[in-house]
Amino acid sequence: MSETTDNVKGTSTKQRTSNNPLLIWLKKNWGTLLLLAGLILFPYIFSLISGTPVSEGPPKFWQGQFIVIFIMAVYAMSYDLLLGYTGVLSFGHAAFFGGGAYAMALFITHVAPNIISSYRITLGSVNVTEAILVLVGFVLAVGVSVVLGLLFSAVSARVKGAYFAMITLAMAEAIHILSKATDFVEWTGADEGLHGVPIPAWINPTQFRLRFYFVALAFAVIMYLVTRRIVNSPTGRIFVALRENESRVQMIGYNPAVYRSIAFIVAAVIAGLAGGLYALWTMSATPTMTGSGLTMDALIMSILGGIGALTGPMLGAVLMEFLGHFFYQWFGARWPLVFGVIFIALVIFLPYGIVGTWQLRSRQVQQGWRRLLRPLRIEKQSE
Amino acid sequence: MNNQATKRDVILEAQHLRKEFGGLVAVADVSAKIYARTLHSIIGPNGAGKTTLFNLLSGTLPPTRGQVIFKGKDITHLPPHKMAHLGLGRSFQITNIFPNLTVLENIRLSAQAVGGDNFKLFHHYTRYHAYSEKAQRVIARVGLQGSELALARNLAHGQKRKLELGIMLASDPQVLLLDEPTAGMSSEQVPELLAILRQIMEEDDKTIVLVEHRMDMVMSISDFITVMHQGKVLAEGTPGEITANETVQKAYLGALYGDLGSAA
Repeated sequence: MSETTDNVKGTSTKQRTSNNPLLIWLKKNWGTLLLLAGLILFPYIFSLISGTPVSEGPPKFWQGQFIVIFIMAVYAMSYDLLLGYTGVLSFGHAAFFGGGAYAMALFITHVAPNIISSYRITLGSVNVTEAILVLVGFVLAVGVSVVLGLLFSAVSARVKGAYFAMITLAMAEAIHILSKATDFVEWTGADEGLHGVPIPAWINPTQFRLRFYFVALAFAVIMYLVTRRIVNSPTGRIFVALRENESRVQMIGYNPAVYRSIAFIVAAVIAGLAGGLYALWTMSATPTMTGSGLTMDALIMSILGGIGALTGPMLGAVLMEFLGHFFYQWFGARWPLVFGVIFIALVIFLPYGIVGTWQLRSRQVQQGWRRLLRPLRIEKQSE
Repeated sequence: MNNQATKRDVILEAQHLRKEFGGLVAVADVSAKIYARTLHSIIGPNGAGKTTLFNLLSGTLPPTRGQVIFKGKDITHLPPHKMAHLGLGRSFQITNIFPNLTVLENIRLSAQAVGGDNFKLFHHYTRYHAYSEKAQRVIARVGLQGSELALARNLAHGQKRKLELGIMLASDPQVLLLDEPTAGMSSEQVPELLAILRQIMEEDDKTIVLVEHRMDMVMSISDFITVMHQGKVLAEGTPGEITANETVQKAYLGALYGDLGSAA
């Protein structure tokens, strides 16, 4: 008797769940969707509150801050793919970001103008030459990143741990030196970097800040979704296994070097794309973008937000940009000192980062509930 | 047992294996044939070179001399990750698992390794049901039901050994090499694991090579036993023959007294 009622219950709940997959999906992702809606509406709400037009004054300024946050969030996320998921400590991540930025800036400055002056690609009646060239710039950024990723991972097959970290640091420094070498001053501007990159007018972040804001937002969302899918793919699960126990990975039949290389290339490509977009945003490529300071930024953002969860480094990037902005206003040039103290405190009190600690706690709470409810469930089954 | 023994097809063979560590000869000259679908134990007192032999057979260490032949193929210098694909599963003395992954994921990863979907970057891993289902079957096989979603590091020691066995089974090996699978287990857990091993061999048509320290333990479950002493094969045969062998008794007793002497 009780069994039949149980069955009826089971089917009815099943029907309810299968009836409305959209509703289930909404229920599951409402937080993310709300955040996304908030970010889409942010420029307008901000302009309403501040009483200034969307593309002027504070709204424009804050759109700029958010653009940087979006790009840095993607960059930090790509670093977490290595540190948090594959368990590789690399001190050369800026090389990928800077490589992408330089690929984009060099192409737009030195190659694209020649193409624009001699070719014209139209789609219907619209001239899409510039748009295609920007896309080509991104493709080049990807190409450079793949090459760099392969270069870095080739070393990782032989050297492990801290030694590997040191070698990546050296390799990134080599690229940094290359980026400011006076030998290529005509091309790269050496120490000064490339400035005033002639990016297409319709994406110019000074003129069309709001447009660029949405481009950067879309970029961050797409990169997040792609990366999330990758870490949950069969290959992504092997990355995690590599982090956990490399010798075991090998023992069950995976070649660690192959999968570490894939992780490196994926991380490099994502960082390179972020670098390419950053070059468009700043209309420049400078040696700072290949410098070790930027690698440290990725490391700090990841640890701050929590490694091993993609949202962690993204939150870390948000925090760091915000704190950086306000701390600079309050403390002036000494702000990194204050930030450092806060960082140390966070590492001591939240060793798994903000998201990591939160996840751990929420899991503990969940487990607590489950423990509390377990006796009830057993009774139900035995009835 | 006799029926299997008469089939006599050699699946794994050691040919004149020798391993030196500097001046120390750990394995002097070992030749052994492992027959398919048997449970073959390699026993010997401490320092007999059992674990070194195991490492040579499993490809963890390169031998100084000699070959390892698996299904007629020389696998002596094959990289470790290729062994699983050939059908050679290995489990080491030290528990070797993915501590922060669930039991299910530990085993699923092993099933995936030999399944050929390892380069799918843009599909969710749960779409590949076959691996999860296989993992579930393996979990039932090794008796870990109910702990599927537990983190591997939270398992008790005996369960970790079972998980280790499960990880190995999930890659569908034909030969399972186990180095002291019961090491560190409590005495009441040992018979259960041995029964599981015997069951796997008989019902799933596997060949099991067991390296063990304790002679009494393997007597009841083995089809063949190789006794090692000082890096050499001292005796070979069925459990009955080994028990009757006087040199084996002497070596074991001698080593036992030696052990006691060094411990005191």
